[in-house]
Amino acid sequence: MNHLRNRLASCGAALLAWSALAILLIGYFAVHPRGLTIDSLSIWSNQVVALAFVAMGQAIVVFSRGLDLSIGAIFALSNCLASVLVNGTPFEIALGILAVLGAGAACGLLNGVVVVFGRIQAIIATIATGAIFTGLALIVRPIPGGAVDEALSDFFTYDYFGLLPASLVLLAGAGALLWWPVKSGLIGRAIMAAGSQPQSAYMSGLPVHRARVAAFVLAGIFASLGGLFLGLQTLSGDANGGIPYTLNSIAAVVLGGTSLAGGSGSLIGVFAGAAIIRTLGGLLFFTGISPLAQPFIQGAILCIAVAIGSLRLLRVRNRLEVYR
Amino acid sequence: MTALARSIDAPTRTVFASTALLLIVAGVCLPQFFSSAYLLQQLHTAAFLGIVAAGAMLVILLGHIDLSVPWTMTAAATFSTAYVSAAGGGLPGEVGVLVGLVIGASVGLINGVGVAVLRIPSMIWTLAVDTMARGACVYYAGQYVVKSQPALLMQWAGQGKLFGTVPVAVVLWGLLSILVALALKKSLFGRYLYPIGASETVAYLSGVPTRRVIVAAFVASGMCSALAGMVLAGYANQAYQNMGEPYLLPGIAAVVLGGTSIAGGKGNYAGTVAGVLLITLVGSILSVLQVPEAARQITYGLIILAMLAFYSRR
Repeated sequence: MNHLRNRLASCGAALLAWSALAILLIGYFAVHPRGLTIDSLSIWSNQVVALAFVAMGQAIVVFSRGLDLSIGAIFALSNCLASVLVNGTPFEIALGILAVLGAGAACGLLNGVVVVFGRIQAIIATIATGAIFTGLALIVRPIPGGAVDEALSDFFTYDYFGLLPASLVLLAGAGALLWWPVKSGLIGRAIMAAGSQPQSAYMSGLPVHRARVAAFVLAGIFASLGGLFLGLQTLSGDANGGIPYTLNSIAAVVLGGTSLAGGSGSLIGVFAGAAIIRTLGGLLFFTGISPLAQPFIQGAILCIAVAIGSLRLLRVRNRLEVYR
Repeated sequence: MTALARSIDAPTRTVFASTALLLIVAGVCLPQFFSSAYLLQQLHTAAFLGIVAAGAMLVILLGHIDLSVPWTMTAAATFSTAYVSAAGGGLPGEVGVLVGLVIGASVGLINGVGVAVLRIPSMIWTLAVDTMARGACVYYAGQYVVKSQPALLMQWAGQGKLFGTVPVAVVLWGLLSILVALALKKSLFGRYLYPIGASETVAYLSGVPTRRVIVAAFVASGMCSALAGMVLAGYANQAYQNMGEPYLLPGIAAVVLGGTSIAGGKGNYAGTVAGVLLITLVGSILSVLQVPEAARQITYGLIILAMLAFYSRR
């Protein structure tokens, strides 16, 4: 019983995010002109997936008490690379995908090395590396355009057997394949420990340095998956599309119940956070509220959502706990 | 002289030295870099970033960050210029400057209350506030035919030149710099910023009114953003969308390049000024060399990394 209560407490924030998402989704499909069909579900999922990939990558860095402000730039660079490399024969396409993911991993590795071994604060180091990645993206694709294989795009943006949105399957599959083995292994534990108590983790002999670098590399791979998916969705590349994704990824991480102080949270919750942001946008669109008022309402809801977290202050007995 | 040298900390010296070195190398290659007209023009460009960085530094010293700079700038510029054109210019129009400053202060107040009282991490709260400010601008710009007419004061601050040579924006930045430097050195508010940035718990236990200081720092940062936005609107003769975007990350970079710790509690204002000059100079040299945007971004990133790596060696 106690065990169950602990489990509930540890994923309470994620549960809250999922409940909010469920309510939003009911509203979304209620006002959607086509209702809940596999097509409308696939379109919804396509809107969510690119941001969800980026947010999940951001979350892994946040778990380790870091922050990746270059993640949008990695996303844009991968998107540009995909618009150049992911077409042609099946063999070329496969190589292209590998190259895109490899580039993402390399960017993440650079971030990790600079932050961990260069001992530069993650916030500022990733501003600098982000500028470098944006420059590289501009070299790859100075103006938006390019092409991505259409058959591949169809395969990942429609649905399977009329039951499951393809993009959601891609997201779940990639997330499970990349994060599950790491999470339950030593590196995953070390990532969480590094976020929760860096000194203790280090003194306990956990590979804290390697874990923090690994977190950045995973973030790079997730960001490049996002960029690849945006390429599949839009069939083109754009070097300047990254910054909103950086900012939205942080918002999604927080909405998904992951503390920016690190050491706790779950990718499942962060998915809900990303989905909330996108669903809210769609919901406002369908309700026919003046499009001009939508950004303001979206901002106000974001403000209220993050302010809800401060309700915990009402339970604080010792004033000093507030200042931690 | 040695006392003066000692009072300037190592990062500040490094940034000033690299700025000077860069200028000398550039000047030897292209003599136009040494002309006073060119240097004054660089200072003029630097002034906008400098005003933003002054506000950003106060918040970064606390170990917080203000991501609401872009749309605070744009909102202050949009609404103040709209007020001026509604008032039909003249003396009533000059009140528009106050409107802009009040907007900046209000955004700062919302930021500060969220961070200091509601204890929401500044990284996410100021981002959310920025989104709302953007929403307000979009709604307003779409709802009404917005006439953007900067007040004469803004035009003078943005474009005017004292004695036909020194840009007023530079003088304004200089005055603001003196004010901030004095506040950091002499005022209670400024002295409190450092211990709060080092450890808010300890500062609180020592009797520092931490909440009030944090709110005040965010209000000051908001007003700096608003000021920068209005001077920029005066310079460009109008407010425009995305006018603030190019100032957010360079502003933070300038502060950190100047030796202020992003974790808070450490830093001095001279370093921030040097950081602003360095970033402006690098940008200008690259554009004189007609380097494409891509290479410019890469160089910019590499320089920040190199400088930071150099500090962390110490």
